[in-house]
Amino acid sequence: MMIQVIDLHKKFGNLEVLKGIDNNISEQEVVCVIGPSGSGKSTFLRCLNKLEDITSGQVIIDGIDISDPNTNINKVRTELGMVFQQFNLFPHMTVMGNITLAPIKELGISKKEAQENGLKMLDKVGLRDKADVYPSALSGGQQQRVAIARALSMNPKIMLFDEPTSALDPELVGEVLAVMKNLANEGMTMVVVTHEMGFAREVGDRVIFMDEGVIVEENTPEEIFSNPQNERTQAFLSKII
Amino acid sequence: METGLNLDWSIAVNALPFLLTGAKLTIIITVVGLLIGFFIGAITGLARTSSNKLFSGISTVYVEIIRGTPILVQALYLYFGVNQLLQHSAGFKIGSTTAGIIAIAINSGAYISEIVRGSIQSIDKGQVEAGRSLGMSSFKTFIYIVWPQALKRMIPPLGNQFIISLKDTSLFAFISVAELTRQGQMSVSATFAAFEIYTFVALLYLCMTMSISLVLRVVERRLDVN
Ligand SMILES: Nc1ncnc2c1ncn2[C@@H]1O[C@H](COP(=O)(O)OP(=O)(O)OP(=O)(O)O)[C@@H](O)[C@H]1O
Ligand SMILES: [Mg+2]
Repeated sequence: MMIQVIDLHKKFGNLEVLKGIDNNISEQEVVCVIGPSGSGKSTFLRCLNKLEDITSGQVIIDGIDISDPNTNINKVRTELGMVFQQFNLFPHMTVMGNITLAPIKELGISKKEAQENGLKMLDKVGLRDKADVYPSALSGGQQQRVAIARALSMNPKIMLFDEPTSALDPELVGEVLAVMKNLANEGMTMVVVTHEMGFAREVGDRVIFMDEGVIVEENTPEEIFSNPQNERTQAFLSKII
Repeated sequence: METGLNLDWSIAVNALPFLLTGAKLTIIITVVGLLIGFFIGAITGLARTSSNKLFSGISTVYVEIIRGTPILVQALYLYFGVNQLLQHSAGFKIGSTTAGIIAIAINSGAYISEIVRGSIQSIDKGQVEAGRSLGMSSFKTFIYIVWPQALKRMIPPLGNQFIISLKDTSLFAFISVAELTRQGQMSVSATFAAFEIYTFVALLYLCMTMSISLVLRVVERRLDVN
């Protein structure tokens, strides 16, 4: 099991945002998380790499319990790539600088090796020729692809995506989804919070529907989209499809 | 206008070497004071962004006290007040130039502290999350991601502060530091050519402040290439 989530609760002050999440995600699985705004999708994803402190319950990544305060979270995070809605590229560094920073500073590999590896990652996202430009010179879609390459440069076992295409102009969404689809085909374990139902249907192995801090329903994409069981799922899907 | 004032610029020209020794001291006090001030400002500015209540509390008190009192009072306090204590208890005094340097350091430190804090806090927290999610420690994330971006944003307000501090050194004439203003006053009392000499004094200050502006504009442009 790549990810095990056991009775995960998350509170912000008195506001309980996650109210007991249980889930297992296996190696090479692509899980899409859908649900209305404010249902806790991002919070759930961010608990998986402890960008949010875990209030109670357990999150176990590849056998390591990250809810245990003694766990070296930095080490676990090198195995968990994360892609944000707003890209969050480092604006003061070139594309290559963005991609090689963490491998050099955290994994301790040489600059030369990091750059060679960086070029391979840029090949993967189709941006080899952009290595020396600054992020501000790129389109949103290109920036997000660089962000994916940056996460991949750490050679992670799992990739987390939080609405990776929501900040993009519609015509730029496809190029990012294509990169993600390739990753899935290569066997990457992926957790994707998304509003792209087409992507979930085509690439997802499983779809989780969240509402008000709980998993209301989960199933294969075919089942959940054509035959949703819970009425909240039905209501949500009828609104967006 | 027969009874008009006859300006004699040669007096000012003759006084120029004397004025320049003052300008030199002005520059020394400003540069050394600001170097120390930047160090103080960086540390206390950082402390104010930290979650450690003691560090941020001490820094806040420091900033409030310094910002709430005039620099002239701070200089008088150091040179006459603190020196009185020192002489009684330790048998020595701080020299006037040293007092001036300390006053600039402590005073600019408080303002730089605010500049540093504001710049750091203006960096989007997504930057930190990106660094942390790659597995970098909070320290490395700060050093490689937050600080370089914050530094760039600090440059215009820092330039402003450097110019203010340079001009503030003129107040040290009150504690008999032989800086530019004081040298000007002495020349005037020896020659009575107030208009000519103070014109020169003002022009010398203008040269120095414009040099600061120029250097900072170049630095800013360098960084802006990115
Ligand atoms: N740092 C925070 N402090 C306080 N409340 C928060 C914080 N982050 C999220 N919340 C609250 O937690 C709830 C769930 O937020 P979350 O971002 O996980 O929702 P989401 O499902 O990702 O929504 P969206 O589709 O809009 O991104 C919301 O009510 C939100 O206001
Ligand atoms: Mg969200």
